[in-house]
Amino acid sequence: MSDATPSPAATELLRAHRFRLIELLPWVVAIAVYFLFPGYRLMATQILVLILFALSLDLIVGYAGIVSLGHAAFFGTGAYAAALLANAGWQEPLTAVAVGAAAAGVLGYVSGWVVLRTKELTLLMLTMALGIMLYELAKDMDEITGGFDGINFENSPILGLFAFDPLFFTSNYWYAFAFLLIGFLVVRLIVHAPFGQSLVGIRENDRRMHAIGTPVRQRRRHVYTIAATIAGIAGAIWVQVQGNITIAVYEFEMSGNILIMVILGGAGRLYGAFIGVIVFAILENMTETVLGTDPPYWELLLGVALVLTVLFAPKGLLGLFDPFVHRLRGKAP
Amino acid sequence: MDQVLDIATTILVFGVAYAMLLFIISVGLSITMGLMGFVNLAHGAFAMVGGYVTVKLVTPLGIPYLLALVIAFMAVAAFGVVMERLLYRWVFDRPELDHVLFTIGLVFISVFAVTGIWGPDPQNIQLPKILQGDLNLGVKSIPVYRAFMIIAGGAIVLTLFYGLERTRIGAQVRAAVDNRRMAESCGIPTGRLFTVIFALGSGMAALGGGLGIQILGGLKPVFAFEYLVIFLIVVAVGGLGNVRGTFYAALVLGIIDFAGKYFLPEGGGFFIYGVTFIILLWRPQGLFGKAQR
Repeated sequence: MSDATPSPAATELLRAHRFRLIELLPWVVAIAVYFLFPGYRLMATQILVLILFALSLDLIVGYAGIVSLGHAAFFGTGAYAAALLANAGWQEPLTAVAVGAAAAGVLGYVSGWVVLRTKELTLLMLTMALGIMLYELAKDMDEITGGFDGINFENSPILGLFAFDPLFFTSNYWYAFAFLLIGFLVVRLIVHAPFGQSLVGIRENDRRMHAIGTPVRQRRRHVYTIAATIAGIAGAIWVQVQGNITIAVYEFEMSGNILIMVILGGAGRLYGAFIGVIVFAILENMTETVLGTDPPYWELLLGVALVLTVLFAPKGLLGLFDPFVHRLRGKAP
Repeated sequence: MDQVLDIATTILVFGVAYAMLLFIISVGLSITMGLMGFVNLAHGAFAMVGGYVTVKLVTPLGIPYLLALVIAFMAVAAFGVVMERLLYRWVFDRPELDHVLFTIGLVFISVFAVTGIWGPDPQNIQLPKILQGDLNLGVKSIPVYRAFMIIAGGAIVLTLFYGLERTRIGAQVRAAVDNRRMAESCGIPTGRLFTVIFALGSGMAALGGGLGIQILGGLKPVFAFEYLVIFLIVVAVGGLGNVRGTFYAALVLGIIDFAGKYFLPEGGGFFIYGVTFIILLWRPQGLFGKAQR
């Protein structure tokens, strides 16, 4: 067996998780952006964190086929856990991220028991309801959460060496960069592992997966918990790099936008999250500076983009390149 | 004792009035969902447009409120047909994620359009004299507007129940919700049926938007986003495609939501979600939904 050449199909499977040279590109770009556009570091840092957030959503939407309109519930929970911890006096940032991740993960596991029992519209509504419920809660408890005004807090230097820099976003950028890199590698590992492949199977046909003995509900709960944990990490970093938090982290807009970013880039393909977040953020910024916000041109553009994406590019922006890539691959030996 | 009675009546009257509104707006969403499995998150946008049309007919043009409601109903129903034929039908067969994105896109466009046409400021309506003031019931006086809401809602509910149970088209709808393929095999034109139901549902939403401007506290361009979740909750708790279920769900949730906000002005907005989670934990298919699988 060992000396037999694998069949073409098997070769394809074996090759799928191998690193390709082009996968270095986003990281090279990220490093270049830091030096080339120092004036845009705040936005660039936010983009890095949002990519991590988008990756976590892609795990459940793109791979497991669980459409969530309330992913901000986990982002916000991670964010508040980290911020409140710092505000209470525990200023070490990495433990705060761990606490945020744990809080979001527990919420994901518990809510998964209820939410994942349902399907379709009901599931969608429950994810959304969870997010809005937490938003209402945070709004009502404004003595603790700071409400719309938010709270400012400080963290001690990362690893005791690199202080957060609210002005030039130096360590902040690399902090987000490092978490995105690690998070990405973990997510990449998950989707190529048998676990991730079984999720794709569940997305495509959950009855058949059930029939061949896959614990469908358990798998869905597990991936939901993992996604919630990563979203919690993203939330914690989001507030740490900015040094403040408002209830905007729980807003429906957050959940809606991140879903749109994932779809826009292309769900279920890892790099879709990168493209989606970058295109979304840059377009939003440009529309609002060039055309202004009254009337809300950005909403118009976004709406039209969504309608067109669904009608003409159901696989997202990256999916548009699929025919070319396949042709290139076909010619390669 | 008097005081308890007083509070109970208040909650009942205001809660039921709110419930009627929820039902009128949500029922169209429920039937389109049950009939085609189509998740129309833009349903609230139809209600919003209906509300704006009503306001603009009443205030600058001086058209009587009730007539304005009828016009809004018909205009939005016609608009619904155009949208369904022109845009929606392309995405019916797509997975639900596409429905979600497509209709959210439409909501974003509606935010822009409404802001562009009618401006970003909240709109309110001058009710006719006859609907202002209080109605004295002997024991307690209740606002005429709420009483009107309950009566109008009740009339609509009865009409719908009758239409669904006793007319040919109602029977066709029930058959198609139950099993679309089987209904088609029996010669029921589900496509055309859906267009009719979609128009009716959009019109109802518009009617709700026009009727409920005061209860909902004015109209804003972001209306469709703000109330999206509450309409979805009513539909999901009632059971998809189930008119009776939608009515009971609206009643339960409307009263609980009002009671929550009445007793706990801060944090009362929270109740309705807790109740929803409990109900759906107990019956994931909704109160009156048929069990899946």
